[in-house]
Amino acid sequence: MAEKQESCVKPAGGPISGETPEAVPSPENPKEKEVAAMTARVGREAPDFEATVYQNGAFKNIKLSDYKGKWITLCFYPGDFTFV
Amino acid sequence: MGVEVLAASTDSRFTHKIWQEEELGKMIPGGVPYPMIADAGGLIGKAYGVYEELAGVDIRGRFLIDPDFVIRAAEILTPEVGRNVSELFRQVQAFQHVRKTGEVTPSGWTPGKPTLKPGPELAGKVWKEWKPDMAF
Repeated sequence: MAEKQESCVKPAGGPISGETPEAVPSPENPKEKEVAAMTARVGREAPDFEATVYQNGAFKNIKLSDYKGKWITLCFYPGDFTFV
Repeated sequence: MGVEVLAASTDSRFTHKIWQEEELGKMIPGGVPYPMIADAGGLIGKAYGVYEELAGVDIRGRFLIDPDFVIRAAEILTPEVGRNVSELFRQVQAFQHVRKTGEVTPSGWTPGKPTLKPGPELAGKVWKEWKPDMAF
């Protein structure tokens, strides 16, 4: 998915819960369980998200689910230019 | 092995670009080929349980996700110790083997070592198939 227009500030993206805005979790709302499933656990579905990335000289928007059907390694690290 | 790699930190896409150009490109010709995720605010890190609020960064977490989008393995370290990529490779090989064959891989398994076939015949008889020195 190519970016149409680059700008200084863009929304961070973040998790995609699959929830519609009106389906706010509440004790009466059984969908609450789906929101709880957003926390990553082995043996459970990976929390999907969208994000801006830098890859091969370009800024792009991706979703983790774009890679569904493949083996994926998702690595977090404390920061660019750190030591380890 | 066929594994897509994605890296994520709370740095911006601009910082990722400059790090790639200034440092990573000097370690690896052309720089790293995989997407570098800009996790501003740590929203993605929070969903994966790796966001450290006190420092405002994502700590060293690694998640292996299978083609059905199920998380198969996770490893989380505090920042001062780096990963062992060989162990990630081993886990990928093991999970791919399990997915293909339905067999299971005992402790210390590497490709070529014996696997186990779960079933009533094996219950209580693992000692015949697997010895503690096979863990290493």
